[in-house]
Amino acid sequence: MLWYIGKRLLQSVLTLFIIITIVFSLLRLMPEEGYLGAAAEKMSPEQQEVYLTNLGLRDPILVQLGNFYGNLLQGDLGKSVTYRTDVPVVTIIGDKIMYSLLFGLGAVALSLIIGVPLGIMMAHLKGRWLDRLGTGYIVFIVAVPAAVYYLVIQMYITDIFHLPMLFDEYNPISWMLPLISMALAPIASYAMWMRRYMVDELNKDYIKLARAKGVKERTLMFSHVLRNAFIPMAQYLPATILFTITGSIYIESLYSIPGMGGLLVDAIQRQDNTVVQGLVLVFSSLGIIGLILGDIAMALVDPRIKLGKGESVR
Amino acid sequence: MGIYREEITNISEKSTEELFQFAVTDDNKAEETAYSNYSYWRSTWKSFLKNRLAVFLLVVVFIIVAFTILQPYFPLQKSPTEIYIDEQTGSQARNITPNSEFWFGTNSIGQDLWSRIWAGTRTSLFIGFAVALVEAVVGITIGALWGFSRKLEMPITQLYNIVDNIPTTIVLILMSYILRPSISTIIIAMCITGWVEMARFIRNQIVILRDREYNLASKCLGTPGYRIIIKNLLPYLISVIMLRMSLAIPFAIGAEVFLTYIGLGLPISEPSLGNLINEGRVLMMSPDLRYQLIFPSIVLSVITIAFYIIGNSFADAADPKNHV
Repeated sequence: MLWYIGKRLLQSVLTLFIIITIVFSLLRLMPEEGYLGAAAEKMSPEQQEVYLTNLGLRDPILVQLGNFYGNLLQGDLGKSVTYRTDVPVVTIIGDKIMYSLLFGLGAVALSLIIGVPLGIMMAHLKGRWLDRLGTGYIVFIVAVPAAVYYLVIQMYITDIFHLPMLFDEYNPISWMLPLISMALAPIASYAMWMRRYMVDELNKDYIKLARAKGVKERTLMFSHVLRNAFIPMAQYLPATILFTITGSIYIESLYSIPGMGGLLVDAIQRQDNTVVQGLVLVFSSLGIIGLILGDIAMALVDPRIKLGKGESVR
Repeated sequence: MGIYREEITNISEKSTEELFQFAVTDDNKAEETAYSNYSYWRSTWKSFLKNRLAVFLLVVVFIIVAFTILQPYFPLQKSPTEIYIDEQTGSQARNITPNSEFWFGTNSIGQDLWSRIWAGTRTSLFIGFAVALVEAVVGITIGALWGFSRKLEMPITQLYNIVDNIPTTIVLILMSYILRPSISTIIIAMCITGWVEMARFIRNQIVILRDREYNLASKCLGTPGYRIIIKNLLPYLISVIMLRMSLAIPFAIGAEVFLTYIGLGLPISEPSLGNLINEGRVLMMSPDLRYQLIFPSIVLSVITIAFYIIGNSFADAADPKNHV
């Protein structure tokens, strides 16, 4: 197991290198007008050339790549070009990361606490009123585009309960609505998958046997069915928790939370190469670690799962 | 023994040579012995038909799809992109509430909302079906190999991490820069990134099942890997695959709404549900124009709910333990 994880981690370094290099090359394919933005009109062609040369875009691509990796090894992600000119990328990310992280973790916690029990109860009372109510909720969340119900919540709920429309760091009441809005979709998704896995598990033979030999329904539900139904969920949990730092574009722009939500898209559209590369590095590291942790989590929940080569019969 | 009674009773009439001839396999006779007419898919279909609501919604989906395809050929249909001019004032027929001429009213620049909605549904359903199909075929194939084969695990993990972590935004911007934003651009971009999630999902399920005893037994009996995947593993996963597929089309439409929201969707000249909902979202604030958001949302909701319920009851029907 440890040997396997070590191998996976070594592989990850190579994967990261490939991802960064590909993104780096893709960014260099972008049209050059993007770097100049609105200033393009005012510059003469010679001035534009000087500007691009100063950005280092006129060097051969391998030299640019070499410089980037050289700085990276010294722990320097470089400075922003167009997004917030000359501010170090680390500072830009550092300023925003806490907002997204706190809201994201709050939403994940909320959705787990509500969604998983809801799914369990729905499977337990399959076809009864709670199941129908839950199904109705899931269908609503899936059917109505997020952009629409977020807006409805922001407009009407604030009106009814006299809550603030915008995020205010020093007013905890204004944190509630963004948090609840963010949790609505994951609650539905946890409930939906939990119900599906539980229902599939409840149809199995060992459940019939357990019932026949008189195991209490509660013991059966929680110690037999739940543990088996939770295995597939366990794989996604670490990645979900790690990815809370990416923030939510919709929510953060609606409530004007200064988080990470729109940062990547913004930076790409403004062609701020250094910010994009920094963000891709951070996000892909998280994604890769999330996948490895997910596999470990799955193997911990279910002892029948073997990850490494040496431990299996095959 | 019943069918061979004739041969046995007539045994004394046969000559010695006849008795020592090899028996010939006779397919028809073989059928008569151990024949059960159980077929997995037919039984699944039968149990599915018991759920009246799901069957009704299946018909509804069928009608909607047929209607969106045939709608332009019906009489009295207007063009979805033409800007209509009000005859009395000579300016654009803006924000007309639904009436006999414009069945769903017009939007803020005077285009007919009824035909826009159906054109948009046509576009979005096409995108949804295409993306869902590619996602299913590519995702299930790669996911199954990724989960089952220990040799392929590392390379596919690499591939997954690479494809998953290159921001879609960059791909989309570059593609629209090379190819102009269009339906095919969106479909290609969504397919490039869409299959990875499906592959990871299938792979997780297979990792859970692959080391169970019955698979080890198959392995010991020398069953080749592809047969274990097709016969032992995938049938186990039909219910969850069905549930996921039923959501693939609504999710594809949702992704398209999102892409339009960050400004990388289809051009305005190409109506789609994503465009229409985004145009409508801006008008949420004015109550008398709200119909422009409500109509496309209703169409989208009906399609989504139908697919979800059909998928769920199909998932229930797919479990052979519920078959009679």
